[in-house]
Amino acid sequence: MTALTPDEWQALALSLRVAGLSVLVSLPFALGLAWLLSRVRFPGRLLAEALLFLPLTLPPVVTGYALLVLFGRNGVIGEWLAGIGIVFAFRWTGAVLAAAVMGFPLLVLSIRVAFDNVDQRLERAAETLGAGAWRRFTTIVVPLSMRGIVAGGVLAFARAFGEFGATISFVSNIPGETRTLPIAIYELMSVPGGMPGVQRLTLVALAVALLATLAAAVLGGAAWGRRRRD
Amino acid sequence: MIDVRIEHAFGDFAIDVAFASSARALALFGDSGAGKTSVLDAIAGLLVPQRGHVVLDGQRLFDRAAGIAVPIARREVGYVFQDGRLFPHLRVRSNLLYGAHARTRTPVEFDRLVDLLDLGPLLARRPPTLSGGERQRVAIGRALLAAPRILLLDEPLTGLHREARAQVLEHLRRLKHALGVATLLVSHQPDEVIALADEVVLLRAGAVSGKVDVATFAAMQGGSRTVAPP
Repeated sequence: MTALTPDEWQALALSLRVAGLSVLVSLPFALGLAWLLSRVRFPGRLLAEALLFLPLTLPPVVTGYALLVLFGRNGVIGEWLAGIGIVFAFRWTGAVLAAAVMGFPLLVLSIRVAFDNVDQRLERAAETLGAGAWRRFTTIVVPLSMRGIVAGGVLAFARAFGEFGATISFVSNIPGETRTLPIAIYELMSVPGGMPGVQRLTLVALAVALLATLAAAVLGGAAWGRRRRD
Repeated sequence: MIDVRIEHAFGDFAIDVAFASSARALALFGDSGAGKTSVLDAIAGLLVPQRGHVVLDGQRLFDRAAGIAVPIARREVGYVFQDGRLFPHLRVRSNLLYGAHARTRTPVEFDRLVDLLDLGPLLARRPPTLSGGERQRVAIGRALLAAPRILLLDEPLTGLHREARAQVLEHLRRLKHALGVATLLVSHQPDEVIALADEVVLLRAGAVSGKVDVATFAAMQGGSRTVAPP
């Protein structure tokens, strides 16, 4: 077993960066949406939930195509964003967007379950102590949901790290820019003599997945969610 | 000075309660199911009555007919819940200071209150490690440090074993003499009412059946101011 080649390192580093950023960028939106779904009765809630699940149920290629239509250079939103200097198409930022969209449902679901499990009587107690909605959210709801938030973040990270279909159809396969680890594996499988590289990257993917799961267990256990049930 | 009129129907049970009092220490006395907690909830804003009003020191906190409902967080009403409702992820000190940011009037000094309630040894502890009596003392301190206009006590001694109950009762008696904060105690135990109240509103089956001073109340309970613990 030989060490990774520079190209393989590049794919790994890109994948870690894309997956990590995708979780960080989508976390505030996920917290907000999870709170809405958990605490607010609003018309169109069912539709919102159905839309939220779309990236899980649609073929990833279709999601990638939808992103292209919306965020491509001539896309509905993409054209406008390009006007203010933000470009997704065929850039690593587009890979982050694709990964964020694919991981988003897992992130929201996990956080929403955690929010549902927070004892709302504690929020009422905080309210009688003068805490407004924002203070209750940041000092009661989020800390008591930390385990679910961490678990959701790790799940979304793992999903983003493995993202293939939406990424390749939205931002293609550009070395150093959009060639993430799964795309590199796919490419190596189709070239003569690529198998050793496929095997090396497969082991790397396995290691990252295992580390992510372990991190979730350790971080989640240290968070308050578990201890308060003891 | 408190002036309350609350009409509310919950399925097969309805309350229609009206009383006014200028006693500093008022008690609502009645059997469980008489609607006592609903009255406290309506004063704090946790229950929105179908009809009625809540006026505290001349300020209209709630008036259905006039469309007035001051938000819970701005009522400045301290609420000690029967189950304490301490924030499990915060140490005792942070629980005590939770309401401090929102207060508009000068509260009792932190160190003095800690002394009065003997909370010193508990400050660094987490709520899940506290006994029932300790938990209630922290809950009382937390409500008082938010500098409330009135302290609502919802059966604060229920569920405590005999020794803890006597201790917390003694602490409440001490606070009454040292601080003179306006209190509204809900209880079905005559000895608590006799120890802590100046005036007593009697509730039966969702309605007021009388209002007496505490000496008269004590006489009604058998002429003694010392009633055996339950």
